[in-house]
Amino acid sequence: MSKGKTLIEVEGLKKYFNVGGGNVLKAVNDISFSIAEGETLGLVGESGCGKSTAGRTILRLYEPTAGSVRFNGVDINQLSPKKMKAMRRDMQMIFQDPYASLNPRFTVTDIIGEALDIHGMAGSYAERKKRVEELLDMVGLNPDHATRYPHEFSGGQRQRIGIARALAVNPKFIICDEPISALDVSIQAQVVNLLEDLQDRLGLTYLFIAHDLSMVKHISDRVAVMYLGRIVELAESEELYANPMHPYTKTLLSAIPIPDPEVEANKKRIHLEDTASGPIGKEGAGNGGLFDLDNSELVEVSKGHFVSMPKKG
Amino acid sequence: MEPILQVKDLHVSFQVKGGEVKAVRGMNFEVGKGETVAIVGESGSGKSVTAQTIMRLIPSPPSIIKQGEIIFQGQDLLKKSDKQMESIRGKDIGMIFQDPMTSLNPTIKVGRQITEVLIKHQNMSAGEAKKQAVEMLKLVGIKNAEARFNQYPHEFSGGMRQRVMIAIALACRPSLLIADEPTTALDVTIQAQIMDVMKEMQSRLGTSIILITHDLGVVAGMCDRVIVMYAGEVVETGTKWEIFKNPQHPYTKGLLRSMPRLDQKKGEPLIPIIGTPPDLIKPPLGCPFAARCDQAMKICERIDPSATVFSETHTARCWDLHPMAKEVQSS
Amino acid sequence: MDSNPIKMMPTPADLTADDFRKIGADEKEAEVIQRESISAWRDAWQRLRSNKLAMTALIILALITLTAIIAPILVGKIYGYNYYSNDLLYTNKGPSATHWFGTDDLGRDMFIRTWMGARISLIVGLAAACIDLLIGVIYGGIMGYFGGRVDEIMNKFSEILYAIPYLLVTILLLVVMEPSLGTIILALTITGWINMSWIVRGEIMQLKNREYVLASRSMGAGHGRLLFRHLLPNAVGPIIVTVTLSVPNAIFAEAFLSFLGLGVQAPVASLGSMINDALTGWLYYPWRMLFPAILISLTMLSFNIFGDGLRDALDPKLKK
Repeated sequence: MSKGKTLIEVEGLKKYFNVGGGNVLKAVNDISFSIAEGETLGLVGESGCGKSTAGRTILRLYEPTAGSVRFNGVDINQLSPKKMKAMRRDMQMIFQDPYASLNPRFTVTDIIGEALDIHGMAGSYAERKKRVEELLDMVGLNPDHATRYPHEFSGGQRQRIGIARALAVNPKFIICDEPISALDVSIQAQVVNLLEDLQDRLGLTYLFIAHDLSMVKHISDRVAVMYLGRIVELAESEELYANPMHPYTKTLLSAIPIPDPEVEANKKRIHLEDTASGPIGKEGAGNGGLFDLDNSELVEVSKGHFVSMPKKG
Repeated sequence: MEPILQVKDLHVSFQVKGGEVKAVRGMNFEVGKGETVAIVGESGSGKSVTAQTIMRLIPSPPSIIKQGEIIFQGQDLLKKSDKQMESIRGKDIGMIFQDPMTSLNPTIKVGRQITEVLIKHQNMSAGEAKKQAVEMLKLVGIKNAEARFNQYPHEFSGGMRQRVMIAIALACRPSLLIADEPTTALDVTIQAQIMDVMKEMQSRLGTSIILITHDLGVVAGMCDRVIVMYAGEVVETGTKWEIFKNPQHPYTKGLLRSMPRLDQKKGEPLIPIIGTPPDLIKPPLGCPFAARCDQAMKICERIDPSATVFSETHTARCWDLHPMAKEVQSS
Repeated sequence: MDSNPIKMMPTPADLTADDFRKIGADEKEAEVIQRESISAWRDAWQRLRSNKLAMTALIILALITLTAIIAPILVGKIYGYNYYSNDLLYTNKGPSATHWFGTDDLGRDMFIRTWMGARISLIVGLAAACIDLLIGVIYGGIMGYFGGRVDEIMNKFSEILYAIPYLLVTILLLVVMEPSLGTIILALTITGWINMSWIVRGEIMQLKNREYVLASRSMGAGHGRLLFRHLLPNAVGPIIVTVTLSVPNAIFAEAFLSFLGLGVQAPVASLGSMINDALTGWLYYPWRMLFPAILISLTMLSFNIFGDGLRDALDPKLKK
């Protein structure tokens, strides 16, 4: 992608959780990628694949077990608390659940204004109010509703409030953590269009985390597919959908129902075994195949198209 | 095709603080023998309320069934006593729910949850029931059915639990299965498997299915006929070919337009439906979709349109389909 | 794409061409919220107000409190005696116009003494609940918020404290220290706060993983803001309920201790010590036990009913 210079560089990022009984959940297990300025990278996978943990670890909401995240060349995990706080103005997040991501006791003004307070960006009450109204207008909400509480809004409207909150500090990079999966179909397109529109207007860079591949394909320049804590395939979105190589990607693509009876009638599905094990399990471990992820590495098979392959030798 | 279920002019409301939410406002539809009918709509459209009302599982209060009839195999379910309903539920009508995590009892072995139904409704002996239950588990694609029979729900993955739910729902060979968002809580790969299991079971047992969903993709793969609901009303109904290839109602068209498709070229913009559905505590006087409709006319805000019939199976409720609309707009 | 309708269902006849004029949809119009704006607090208050039983309990509590403050002063002014002035010629008399609740074995007025007792009970109950609240919220808040090692150690400590029989601690304390109102309150709170701290800990642990807390963290919020602006305000429902329900517990504990003779000392009366005093010869002078017993039961019952009502009103699970 020749979009511009690299903004985010994730290298060898790992996040393990101690789940008790001596078990370690390797939620994010050695992932690396970079995102250029103004680019949207999609991160897809099914529940439990570690994509949300990856997002939170990149923002340093979780301390990583290993690896580094560089923003504009600065390793954010080495920053002092004070510098980290300043850095948070550049990196923001939009959350999945529009019901859980807004404090029910805050008015919309306080939700959006909080970031301004934290970073001392609003001098006076009037200034803060004006900025909040500006942000509400930017995301297509009625500024008259600024004194209302989150539970009075519909899901789509709440998600817009969440977007306005993320935009309050003028960030450069936003992680969208399944921002539409809790919304109704007729509302999803509104939010996606808003995100695309904001990206054009403000020059934002997105990491778009989702399980809905059709939406990810629509919004992303490149897509990374995650499985069991690792990236199994990464390519430009057109290329990935036209020419999937990893068996997991193929399964995922064949499973998506397409709203067209003709296509559905002629579709052949590829099934993977349904296992309950998740990333703790050792699916395919040690057999040297494509699912032996512990002994695999990402290989560039064609320009910009990376696939997880068993290590040679 | 002779219908096994007919819903006629069903109205259901919820009593809430500050008024009455009119969740279902005049539902009419039929389900034929062996047919799969999808009820599509977004949250709050009344699709789940309709399903729960058919099963008489809807809690009352706060809900009130204002009027209507639900004729199942010639009898009005709304006139049945709770006791009579109990013998219909699970035996003649099966149901699967959205959340396979909470719809199984965690303290009872999976096998027993199936045999219980069989013993209750079919008067089977324990031995017979067990044989039948293992058979059902195999049918829904659970390997090592004999061993799995003695396990507890927490030992099953989400997809496996939903398979067990299907096994329970179909154990007594009901003539109707109501599936309320059966795959919404599952991952796409698991969803595909569950849909396949349901299709397979239907072709074996000849069950009629009502599939409640918001996912048009699932509908396209699975159903014969589609009922599109909006704000408690049926706005369009037709075969899946009619709905997907020749939609007539602006809401149906809007839904199809607003979804990105995997086989679409990149860069094609999505056309969203603006706004949000109306608050059914104060439903609009006219067409409920008028406020969000780019085709809206003056009449739409005043009078709720009646159905325009396109074929034996295809109807839509929209003023734009009225002959006068064309006249006025072309002049 | 166009298909021809074969039939249109009958429609009202008086349609004009103007009816079919396009107006389109107005985006801003479609986004207007119709329901009245309401905060979570007002919502809870409205729900509480519609709960008749809880509101009755609240009114009774208000009346009891008010009477306990005013009655002894007022009656003293009118009749010219206080809670310890005795009239040895007028002992163990039944209720009358001058002594509404009768007199006790020393000829003291039972009406004043009962309400003075209620005063003590309420003071003990409220003071103990407030101290529980203060310690419990701070201790529980720290446990829940920081978690991990801190939580483990602090939680172990509270568990050990909880394991010591509370009556034993209380009695020991009252034997060692001068029996007084302060001592009783101290004795009641020495283990009383543990329950509150566990409630707060549980709430905070649950809340701190909510996305809005993560969102605030992602904006760079510090511990203070997270704890005092996001976590505690959202835990306040269960905290209030716990406080309300711990008041009657403290009142009962005080009455119980006074009944055992470990409570406030004569001539100060508490409802518990009065019931104890009335025990000898209660068959002959039932009013001496009846009035304090009714009052203490009524107080505790009202607090419990009101607490339950509060729980229902504040419980977000019942909310939709």
